[in-house]
This record gives sequence, C-alpha cells and structure tokens, in this order.
Amino acid sequence: MGTALDVRVKRAGKVYRDGEVLSGVVVITSKDTVQHQGISLTMEGSVNLQLSAKNVGVFEAFCNTAKPIQIINSTIEMVKPGKLPSGKTEIPFEFPLQMKGNKVLYETYHGVFVNIQYTLRCDMRRSLLAKDLTKTCEFIVHSLSQKGKLLPSPVDFTITPETLQNVKERASLPKFLIRGHLNSTNCVITQPLTGELVVESAEAAVKSIELQLVRVETCGCAEGYARDATEIQNIQIADGDVCRGLPIPIHMVFPRLFTCPTLETTNFKVEFEVNIVVLLHDDHLITENFPLKLCRM
Amino acid sequence: SYFLRLARSRNYVSESEVCKLESVPLDFGDYHPLKPITVTESKTKKMNRKGSTSSTSSSSSSSMMDPLSSVLDGTDPLSLFAAAADPVTAAPPTNGARRKRDKDESLAVGSDFEPWSSKRGEILARYTTTEKLSINLYMGSEKGKATTTGSAVSEKVRTRLEELDDLEEGSQKELLNLTQQDYMNRIEELNQSLKDAWSSDQKVKALKIVIQCSKLLSDTTVIQFYPSKFVLITDILDTFGKLVYERILSMCMDNRVSLPDNFSPESVNDTAKETCLNWFFKIASIRELIPRFYVEAAILKCNKFLSKTGISECLPRLTSMIRGIGDPLVAVYARAYLCRVGMEVAPQLKESLNKNFFDFLLTFKQIHGDTVQNQLVVQCVEIPLYLTLYSPAIDWILQCIAYHAPDVLLTEMMERCKKLGNNALLLNSVMSAFRAEFIAARSMDFIGMIKECDESGFPKHLLFRSLGLNLALADPPENDRLQILNEAWKVITKLKNPQDYINCAEVWVEYTCRHFTKREVNTVLADVIKHMTPDRAFEDAYPQLQSIIQKVITYIYDFALLFSVEKFLPFLDMFQKESVRVEVCKCIMESFIKHQQESTKDPVILNALLHICKTMHDSVNALTLEDEKRMLAALINGFIKMVSFGRDFEQQLSFYVEARSMFCNLEPVLVQLIHSVNQLAMETRRVMKGNHSRKTAAFVRACVAFCFITIPSLSSIFTRLNLYLHSGQVALANQCLSQADAFFKAAVSLVPEVPKMISVDGKMRPSDAFLLEFLCNFFSTLLVVPDHPEQGVLFLVRGLLNVIQDYTWEDNSDDKVRIYTNVLHLLSAMTQEAFIYHVDKVDSNDALYGGDSKFLAEINKLSETVVSQILDHLKTLGKEETLKRQSQLALYFFNTILAHGDLRNNRLNQLSVNLWNLAQKHGFADTKTMVKTLEYIKRRGKQPEMSHFTDLALRLPLQSRT
Repeated sequence: MGTALDVRVKRAGKVYRDGEVLSGVVVITSKDTVQHQGISLTMEGSVNLQLSAKNVGVFEAFCNTAKPIQIINSTIEMVKPGKLPSGKTEIPFEFPLQMKGNKVLYETYHGVFVNIQYTLRCDMRRSLLAKDLTKTCEFIVHSLSQKGKLLPSPVDFTITPETLQNVKERASLPKFLIRGHLNSTNCVITQPLTGELVVESAEAAVKSIELQLVRVETCGCAEGYARDATEIQNIQIADGDVCRGLPIPIHMVFPRLFTCPTLETTNFKVEFEVNIVVLLHDDHLITENFPLKLCRM
Repeated sequence: SYFLRLARSRNYVSESEVCKLESVPLDFGDYHPLKPITVTESKTKKMNRKGSTSSTSSSSSSSMMDPLSSVLDGTDPLSLFAAAADPVTAAPPTNGARRKRDKDESLAVGSDFEPWSSKRGEILARYTTTEKLSINLYMGSEKGKATTTGSAVSEKVRTRLEELDDLEEGSQKELLNLTQQDYMNRIEELNQSLKDAWSSDQKVKALKIVIQCSKLLSDTTVIQFYPSKFVLITDILDTFGKLVYERILSMCMDNRVSLPDNFSPESVNDTAKETCLNWFFKIASIRELIPRFYVEAAILKCNKFLSKTGISECLPRLTSMIRGIGDPLVAVYARAYLCRVGMEVAPQLKESLNKNFFDFLLTFKQIHGDTVQNQLVVQCVEIPLYLTLYSPAIDWILQCIAYHAPDVLLTEMMERCKKLGNNALLLNSVMSAFRAEFIAARSMDFIGMIKECDESGFPKHLLFRSLGLNLALADPPENDRLQILNEAWKVITKLKNPQDYINCAEVWVEYTCRHFTKREVNTVLADVIKHMTPDRAFEDAYPQLQSIIQKVITYIYDFALLFSVEKFLPFLDMFQKESVRVEVCKCIMESFIKHQQESTKDPVILNALLHICKTMHDSVNALTLEDEKRMLAALINGFIKMVSFGRDFEQQLSFYVEARSMFCNLEPVLVQLIHSVNQLAMETRRVMKGNHSRKTAAFVRACVAFCFITIPSLSSIFTRLNLYLHSGQVALANQCLSQADAFFKAAVSLVPEVPKMISVDGKMRPSDAFLLEFLCNFFSTLLVVPDHPEQGVLFLVRGLLNVIQDYTWEDNSDDKVRIYTNVLHLLSAMTQEAFIYHVDKVDSNDALYGGDSKFLAEINKLSETVVSQILDHLKTLGKEETLKRQSQLALYFFNTILAHGDLRNNRLNQLSVNLWNLAQKHGFADTKTMVKTLEYIKRRGKQPEMSHFTDLALRLPLQSRT
C-alpha cells in the first residue's frame, strides 16, 4: 500500500452553493514514483429513496423506481496517463457547480428514507498489476437563499386536558394548564426554533418537557406513496417539577445534515414537525404537534 | 639565645602609629548599613477576609524584630495553604479587601475579587456525608438511550466495582455504595480519563465523559453532599472548557504566532471556526437539559472565536434556560456556575448576573413547595440543614453581583430580598456577599431584620456570625457600637449548642477587641469559658478557641494589659490537648517578641510567660523535629532576652538559674543563658568599674560557676569549645584567674574529641576550618593568660601544642603546620617586653616574668621545636602531587618570618631566602604575589634601620615565567 490518494476541498465546512466553484486539491503520497493510466475527478449528486419495511410489500411491484435519482454527474480528466514523482504531489482542481437546464440542486440531507448526497470521487486508473485507487469525499450543498421575505407565523397554544385528542379516560387525567407560543413555525434553518412555555398549573408534578423534532418523509410515484414520520432529535427544555407561572424558553437548534429546507418534488417530499412533549410524574404523556416550514435565507 | 635573635622586637605603639589609617571624622548620617532596621508603623488594616483566623502580618516597629520571625506569623505560603485546607481557618489567599470602586472596569476581574478557588476547599470541607453515594454512567450514544432519567439507585449490590476508566461505547456503569472518599476518587479518575481521552485525540469520548459527569448534577440523592458534588464536577467542566478553548486557540496559530489575548473573530481562520461551530452544534443536540446547559456554559469562552457578541447573546439565553430546571437547589447551583463562568469570561456583562438572581427570587417559593418537602422527608433532612445547602451558591451569585456594584444596586437587592418575607437564607447571603462597609453602616437594621426572621428556617446563629464577620472588617457608626454588641451577645449567649455558640462567639470576639476595652473582652472571654467548659465542649472547638486567642493578642499586645484581663489565663486552661496548647503558646510568644519594646520585670508577665514557655519546652520529646525545636528555642530566647531586673543582679541571676532548670531540654536556650550570665558578669564589672568588692567578686564567681557547670551539658562540641573560651575570657576579665584556667584547661582537654566531620545545618562537613579558627582564637587569648604559679612555664600553650601534635589530622592536610606557623606569631608576641594587649587589672606574663631570660629561653626552645616541625613537613611535600602545597606553605612561612622575625640574623635570613626559592622552585608560585611581596620588601628597606631588607631583596630572585 505504497500509494495514498486523498481529495481535499478548500472550504473548511465543505459547504457550496449552486453556481459556485468547488476548488481543492488531490493529494497523492507515495514513496516511489507512481505509474498510472490517468487520474479523473467525478462529481456526483443523487437522491436515494428507500422504502420502509412496512410498506415494502405493498409497493414492491412498482417501486423498483426507488433507484437513485441523479441530480448531477460530471467527470473531468485531471492527469493524462504517465508517471508521478515520489513524495507528495498536490494537484489543484476547480469544479464549477452548475446545473444544466432548470434542474434544481437540492440541499444535502441525511434522512431515513430520503438521502441527498454529493460526493467528489477521484479515480486513479492503473495498470493490470496494480489495483485502481479511488477516494471519495462528501461535500455539502446548501440551496440558494429563497427569494422574498420570510413571513413570521407565530403560534400560540394552550394545552389542557380538554384540548387533548386520543384520550381514553379523560376523567383520570390530572388537571393542568400549559400555555405558550412559538415565535414562528416558518423557520430559517440557521436560526433556532424559539418560543416560550408556561406551566400555569399542574396537579401532578412535571417530570420533563421535551421538544421532539420530527422529519416526515414521503416517497412515491404516480402509483402510490409511503409517508413516514421519524424522530431526528429530542431536546429536553425542562427537567423536574418546574416553577409554576414562570416562562421557560423554547429553544432548539436545527441540526446540520439532518435537516434541510422543506422539500417537495414529484418523487419525494421532506417535511418537518415539532412535538412539545410534557411528561407528568404519573407517566402521563402529553404531546402537541406543530408542522414547521424550514427555509434557507 | 637563638630565638631572641630570631624574633624582632616590636614597638607596638609606634607601629600602630605608622600603620594606622588617617583618621577621618565620621559622619553619622541617617544611613548606616548595619543600623537596626526600624520599620515605621503603618497601620495596615486587617485585610484577611471573613472567617480568617490567621494573624495579621501588619508591621511592627520593634527593632528587635527578627526578619526570619515573619515566617512564624502564619502568612507564609505553606501555612496559608494549610489554612485553606482547614475548614474553620480557611483564609483566602487573596486579601479580600473590597476596594473602592475602581474606575478600571476592565475585561478581567481584579485581585480584589475573591476567586472561586478559595471557596472550593471550604465547601468540600463543610458539606460532607456519611451516606453511601452512587455514580451512574452511561457511555452509549445519545440516540439509542433506553434508560429513563432520574433514579440511579438500583437495589442490586455489586460485590466488585469494575474499573472505571473502561468507558467503552455503549457501556453502562453503575457504581453503588460509594463512601464520600470513594466518590471523590472516582470523580478524580473521571477527570483523569477526560484528560487522557483528550490527549489521545478521542474528542467524542471526552465529550461523553463530560456529559455523563454533568448529568450527575441532576441527581439530588444524598442532598447534603450536593454542594461538594457541584465543586467536584464543575472542576471537570472547567478542565473541559479549558481543553476545548486551548485546542481551538492552537488551531489559530499562524506561523507559530498565536493570537493576541484580545483577538477579534475576524482573525480566526475557517478551520478553527468550523471546529468551534461543530462543538456548539454537538452540544446543542445533547438530549438532557442539565448536561446541555453545563457543557455549553463550560465552553462559553469559545464564543469569542465566532463573533464579538457571542458571549453577550449566550449568557441571557443560558440564564433563562435554567428556568427549565425544576429542582430549586440544582437550579441555583447551575446559576452559580453560570455566574462563575460569566465573571471569568466577561465580567463586564452584569445584566445576566442580576437576571440570575432575580430569576432565583422568582422561583424561591419552590423551596417550600410539595416536591421539595417530599424529597426532604424521604431523605430525612431537616429544613434548616437543607437551607444551608443553598448558601454557597447564593453567596457566590451575590458576590459576583456586588463586585464593584454601586450602593444603589445593593440597596435594591436588599429590598427585593426583604420583600420575600425577610428570608433568613437570603439575608445571610446578602451579608456574606456584600461589601462589609455597606453592611456595617446598616448594622442596626440588620439586627432588626435578623430578629424578625422566622425561627424555624435558616439557623439564626449563622446570621449573627455573618454579621459579625462584616463588623470585623468594617466599622459601624460610633454611636451604635455598644448597642450592637449588646444585642448580638444577648442572642449568642443563649445558644445552647456549643458548636453554634463558639462559631458565633469566635467572630464577635474580634469586634469586641476592636472597639472596646479590656473589661468587655474579659466579659466575653468569661462567657466563652462558661459555655465551653461543661461536658468538655472545648475539646471539639480548639480551632475556634485558638482563633479567639489570636484575635485577642492581635488587638491587646501590651502584655501587662493582656495579663490583667483576668480570664485570659483561665481561658488558656481550656487548651488541654498538648499540640494545640503549644500552638497557642507559640502565638502568644510570637506576639510578645514582636510587640514588647522594653525589657520587663513585671512579676505578672514573668510568671505567665514562664508558664507558657515551660509548656512549650515540656512538649519537646524525642520525636520533636529539629525545626520545631529551633522555633521553640528562638521564642524562649526572645523572652529571656526581654527580662531585666535592672540593678538587681542577684535576682537576675536567680532568674537565669530558674530558667536553666526549666528549659534544660533545649540547648539553644542553655547557650543563650550562658551568654546572658556572662553578660551579667561583665555588666557587674562595668558597674564596679573593674574593682570588685567582696560581694561582687563572689557574685561574679557565682556567674562563672553557672557557666562552668552548664557548658558540659551541651552536645555540640564547637559550641562547648567556644563557650569555654568565651567564659574563660569573661572570668579573666573579672580577675577570676583560677576559674579562667579551669575553662581553658577544659577547652584544651576537649580538643582531642573534635571529630573530623561535623553536622552543619543537617549536612556533614569537615570540621578542620572550624577547628583552625577556634585554635587561632584560643592562642590569641592565651597570650594574656598569666602562668599559674604552681604549673610550669606556658603550661596552657604547651598543653594545647601537645594536643595538636597528637590530634589525628586529615592525611593530606596542612592544617597542623598552618597552626604551628600561627603559634610562631604567638611566641614572637610573647618575647616582647610589653604585650600588644592586656586585660585590665590582670598581670600577664610580660609583667610576671619581666623579660626573664629563663622564660625567654623556654619560648626559644618551643619555637625551635615548632620551626623544625614545619621544616620537616615541608620536606615531606617534595613529591610531584604535593608540590603546589609545598609552594604555598613555604610562602606562608616566609611571610611569617618577614612579619615577625629579625632578619638581621643570618640564619634566619638564609632560611627566608631558601623558603623564597622553594616557593618558586616548581613553578607553582603566583608571579603577581611574588612581585608584590618583593616590592613590599624593597619599600620596607627604605625605612630607617631597615637597610637589611634592601639587602634581602637583592638575594630574592624572581623567577621569570617561561
């Protein structure tokens, strides 16, 4: 294993946008001179859809369509076949990140059923005796700022035993009154979700209050679709029996990679929701759901 | 005879005239390097912060002040360190002087801000438990977490604790039944594994450890240990914060140049920023509130890499985040941590400090809520104890707020606390944290508020203690002073529990000493004795009692006044544990030595101090360390030197006799006594102008006898030798000839016992230099000692020479010959008609023999022997490796002849030429020295009747350097 190949992009955060130039270096380190049949660099971007187990049976027939959707794929030849000197060789490259036609460069997103990923792959072809060398490096795409101003959409909420749905025995519930608001359900992805929550009263002691960030992924085609909601993260905002009447801040940072601006295409959808979960001491679990719309400004 | 021709006769008077330097009138100006150091008294206010018991290091004007004794007053770093570890005497290393508001409200807190580090020890020592503790660590990934939060207690008792540092992914550790010490060790191990993980580049593991540790802070089982747990775990958080900050800072290094302290975010490179951002994203996704809060607070400083306003935006957010913490105790400590980090990173951001306190006030009612009360019932913890758990946190928050804060703000804070039903817990924290001047000025108000407080809650004696601590630092209005004391003491004296009582009383003693007379101090001491004597309660209160003594002697250092405080000595009787007793005695003696200006014969002082010194002396045993003995002896000596009965010499002597019998185990004290007695004898002589009466002669002989019988009990041989010589001189000066002889004989017979190596300051050193010095000194004295009529001529000199002859000298040393050369000086001085010096009223040999030829012949014979010994020795040095010594010794002998010999004598002249040549023969002579010597001889030759020197010079060739 005398030869090592590495791809490094210039930006520390590896974040690029449509229209920008991806620049960096391919680094080859070797003790001896390297004989090769050419070095090429490939930029790939694709959406991978996966069907959840529970839906597989139903959609098997037509959802072979669940093969990756290619967003971008282009290759450049960096070095013609020849020899590289021993030691460290750095070959700089510049790769324009440009979409053809009116295709859209979706933002990088790592989900459960939907994955949008961009990679740079460097291939060094070699003679029959030596194995070809390959190195991939993920880079991250952020979509362009959305035009227009984001309209804040504040939401006030009140949670009492009466406002709850899906309750079996409403009579057995302890009395409580929880009020609060979200500053906006239209969120800029780089800004935290904010708001306040007040436990005005609660008969039972509060055990915990949590914010549950949920992704709702929809995959499908004309014939049918699968919709799945899964948890991304759970952030506790109150621990223990909090002081009554004292506003508790709601604050959640959207995690990178696992969230992206709300996305709706013909083949798939990625949406987000937040649940406010209140856990009372007698293990009563109260959940209030809020759909969010994420965007990048 | 032979030697007569050898020694030149001297006219000491005229020689002295010639040699004397021109006398210059001395100007006794202000400055003299040897003048005793006088320190002008500058009243330094007692700067030690509350609760300190260490004595003041304020200046003293005593010229007797031993510069080394400053080591004794407890302000050296070692004893400070010890004090910090001691819960009761915990004295912060900083002089917690709360100075007037500095205009410089810079980015860092000043040294007048008492740092967290000085609180740590106190908290750890105060909040302890004997209950079993548990640690629950879950090193799994955050998402797949299965266990519920909260209870870490499992019923299973593990027989064997597994290794803690095996913190593998997904492993879960539950350590049960830990004692407090085990717990602390485990936490320290975690701290270590954090550092290890970090240094082995396992950053994720490091983060997991920190998260797990901060999670322990949400556990309030064994609640009385919580403050200490907070201290331990926030240490880890501090470590982590520092590691992350330094790591990112090191990424900003540009060409090995690190960023300046006040860098701006623009100068931080992208990689460092990205790393920093990553940390914040990672922390923001921590599931649980308390770890998320603590870890983010720990790396608050890292916001500096990202933006200028980062910290000022973060602090309010973190502050309101704490509102989500339900347990009020956990929350208040979280606030304390945030304030602590905030003060360190951005002390100028005061808003958040205030907000933290106001938020705390808003949640104050929770303390009396059901959740807390139920918890206390389960844990069997009483409300008053529970409330004291809040103090360190609230004190700290208030201290941060009060730092450089205007009075208006303090007043507002006070009013807010008052509104909450005049709560004692808050009142106490206000008193602990606010400026002492602020509190002292409102003392009467505070007393009023304390009285109104609810009895059932926070312990009231703690409130009085806190008030007392303030009054020890700042003075209340003149008119209120007595009333304050009366009001406070009325409450204090009613305290039933001796510990509560003494903790309060200790503090108020300082106030009493500061503002009142000995009468009030006496009353207070009496009250303390009354409270602490039943059931031997004093046994559990030695530190406090000790601190009371410290305070009393700090303020009353006139010892006549001090011992007239009737209850002072009875108070001392409470120190029945020897080690403590000795410590107290040492303090008193230190104070005495420091403050006593004039010598005393006051029987009250003498009796009391003798008693105290005796106590110190009696504590010495086989196990006592040398240092300790030295210190005790120095203190006792200091006392002995201050005792004077004026003209009543007999009384003085009998004091010394008594002292000798009391302090016989401390040699330095015996040495001091011998010196003192010798001094007494000389003082007597001075008073009698040298003519002793029958009575004084007898008295002086008594002094001499004292010394003579005391010296043999000393163990150090050189001490004995020197004291024999010294006492002999004193005896001689007092015309006690036979006694002087006895001293000198004793010295002579002691010389053979001098070992080759002696211990100096704990190291073994060759003794020859000491012996040489002593012998020269001894010979000089022997010049004037008259021969005993019944002994032979020069009996003592012969005796000493014999001893030197027989002494086993080091194999390759020339010491013996050097001494012999010096003996020639003595012998030549003895041949003079009138000796160079005399003892007043004592006839020396010059007068006794009057230049008798037989006497001179004896000297002559002696000199011949000595000279031949020297020459023999020079011959033995002819070997290659000893040639240098031969050269040096030859020159030494040559110089002796030059100075003392009569060079008109041919043989002597020839001898000196031979020596000169010998010195140069093998090229070991120093040319410069030889040239100078020759110049000297030539110069001498120009003087009248010294033409033979010119001749001699011609015969002395200078060897040219090859």
